[in-house]
Amino acid sequence: MLRRLFRSPEAMTGLFLLLGFAALALFAPVLFPKDPLSIAGKPLLLPFTDAALPLGTDRLGRNVLAGLVHGTRASLAVGVAAALVAILLGMLIGTLAGFAGGLADELLMRVVDAFQIVPGFLLALAFVSVFGPSLPIVVLAIALGAWTGPARLARAEVLSIRERDYVAAARVIGMHPLEIALREVLLNALPPVLAISSVIVAGAVLTEAALSFLGLGDPNIVTWGSMIAEGRTVLRSSPYLSIIPGLALVTTVLGIYLFAEGLSEAISGRKVRV
Amino acid sequence: MSEVLLRIEGLGVRYPKAQKPALSDVNLEVGRGERLAVVGESGSGKSTLALALAGLLPRGSVSGNITWPGLSAPPVAGRDIGVVFQDPGNSLNPVLRVGEQIAEVLVRHVGLSWPEAWRRAEELVGQVGLPDPARTARAFPHQLSGGQRQRIGIAEALAAGPALLIADEATSALDTIVQAEILALLDRLVRERHSTLILITHDIALASQFADRIAVFHDGRLVETGSAEAVTTRPSDAYTANLLASQIDLTTPPLIGEAL
Amino acid sequence: MPLLSVSGLSKTFRSGGREVAALDNVSLDVFPGETLGLVGPSGSGKSTLARVIMRLVSADAGSILFDGVDLLSLEGARLRQQRKRLQMVFQDPLAAFNPRATVASALDDPLRIHRIVPAGERRRASEQLLERVGLPTEFITRSIHEISGGQRQRVAIARALATEPDLLVLDEAVSALDLTVRNRILDLLVDLQRERGLSYIFVSHDLAVVRAIAHRVAIMDRGRIAETGPTPEVVADPKSAIGRALVAAVPTLRKAG
Repeated sequence: MLRRLFRSPEAMTGLFLLLGFAALALFAPVLFPKDPLSIAGKPLLLPFTDAALPLGTDRLGRNVLAGLVHGTRASLAVGVAAALVAILLGMLIGTLAGFAGGLADELLMRVVDAFQIVPGFLLALAFVSVFGPSLPIVVLAIALGAWTGPARLARAEVLSIRERDYVAAARVIGMHPLEIALREVLLNALPPVLAISSVIVAGAVLTEAALSFLGLGDPNIVTWGSMIAEGRTVLRSSPYLSIIPGLALVTTVLGIYLFAEGLSEAISGRKVRV
Repeated sequence: MSEVLLRIEGLGVRYPKAQKPALSDVNLEVGRGERLAVVGESGSGKSTLALALAGLLPRGSVSGNITWPGLSAPPVAGRDIGVVFQDPGNSLNPVLRVGEQIAEVLVRHVGLSWPEAWRRAEELVGQVGLPDPARTARAFPHQLSGGQRQRIGIAEALAAGPALLIADEATSALDTIVQAEILALLDRLVRERHSTLILITHDIALASQFADRIAVFHDGRLVETGSAEAVTTRPSDAYTANLLASQIDLTTPPLIGEAL
Repeated sequence: MPLLSVSGLSKTFRSGGREVAALDNVSLDVFPGETLGLVGPSGSGKSTLARVIMRLVSADAGSILFDGVDLLSLEGARLRQQRKRLQMVFQDPLAAFNPRATVASALDDPLRIHRIVPAGERRRASEQLLERVGLPTEFITRSIHEISGGQRQRVAIARALATEPDLLVLDEAVSALDLTVRNRILDLLVDLQRERGLSYIFVSHDLAVVRAIAHRVAIMDRGRIAETGPTPEVVADPKSAIGRALVAAVPTLRKAG
């Protein structure tokens, strides 16, 4: 499986991009030990004009590169954490519903319906305005709007796999129901859920940026969204202030997408051997 | 054999990325009104032959020639060639009434108006031996049994009055009783219409019962062709002989001794 | 004394308000070392019967005695333990294996679950199983996807034999195979029966194949047993209409003349 993963050009490109950003996020305090919110030079310095400030400065003279690198931390951490919460919660609820059937299934799926009716971003918005903008709240807020997709998918997969012959064969050889649920059903229900995980992580990164853009992110940290929002006021004179974090956002989402596609292909093992 | 309907010369098929060709150097003539059985095991290329004849293969993968001396113009799949597939559950559209699917063929290939086509579709449903044609034509595929769906598949394949009917393992998903009924039906309809039948099957006994001629395929090659009687009684190829010896029917000595 | 004794078994499926009686008061016996052929058209209930006996589908009424144990009353751990004595081989050998399975993992499962041999000897035991079904031991490292349909069905039989069962239910187990492959599997089944005194329930729609392998046959139609008896007698002189139809439907090679 790993070999297939490493042979996939999509997965490798995605992995390369993600590793790059992850390294930036990890080494941000080493690369730019100073608070990225502190003033570093003349305001509105253009990129590539000062070797000490390669990407220039913003309206208040803060180092754009430092902001970008520290922003990677927040964006990736929030995006990945939110998606992880959403996928785990969704898988759990969906799998439970699929296995339990009957009334429990009905109840759980009505809850899913209720969440799905409300647009995810509005839900996050409302949640953050009520509980205040802190990192854990933002993560939870984003996850609340994103867990229904994996839940539905996991349930549908479990319902279909439950009826397959290989599950019957596992029962025939006397396998314990718990082992059947985990090894025979859940493991085979994973690939499609992982396949949409890319969309969820990418969506979470974007939702986080949108929340920050609206000033509903954690005010004490730099994120790409808050940088874009910062740049908005001087968009006509200094568009680079919005474009640079915007490019970072696009590249990250692309990297996640490519990697997840390669990964789900490698896991399901399809599209090989003709 | 009277008039030649179609002539296959040096036909080869290679699917992209496949290591071996699916068919190589096939030469075969099929006469008008003939009933030819194409027999082979899985991987023999017999179904590929059906796809090649119906023109359903990507152009780059086919080499050699298929000519149609018996037709005035190159054949159009659906009009001049009808195909009955193995699984009618897959080849029928689940959200269309079966009558609509038959009528659609008549509108597209015969140029009938919709009411005419529908009336003709009901007739066809009756001709393939389904009860209460007017009602059955309004049924959706899932409301019919496997055998009934296969009858609809046959009605659809025959709707435009094709010169050639290809039945590709058309009965192998059915039980033996329904299989016998469907084959008897195909046999009767093809005779009535003086159509040509190519029966593709893995079952050489079945082939010997319903075909004038048998062509045996193995590993993408045509290994033997001859009258049904000649092939089953005096096979010239070792593979055919092996296939015949593998046949189990009601005269084969049982593998077990007498009952306990 | 019969090894398996089914009596008064009934099962009704409900779908979309319609009720379909899949099994209607079915009774039959299977004796040690014999093969019972279960023949019928599609929808006759033969596969449902096989699955009810395997406790994959619940019954509405009736009882199943296996070697004196009431199978339908078993639940949980006791049922799982009993399962090692009845095994099953499915029609589609590809569908019957976890898509991620390898030959090794497929054979290891029953050995591990029922603690047939100590953990350290399971690999060796798996290889012996492969040998018993006529496959080379190198196959142990292959994935289920990499081997042919006939080889897969052999692995399925090996998996079923791992727990040394007394009864093997074969549900259309050779119907999807090429003729030559099918015959080798049939030979294998007969050999295994001679060696081990196994009993088989051989479910098939093909009376000719059943005649070749089954000592006794039960013909099913619309959820009922239409007739039952020693195979040669039933085939030579079927008493029921469905029996006559099945005999007439067997394709026969056109001989000279």
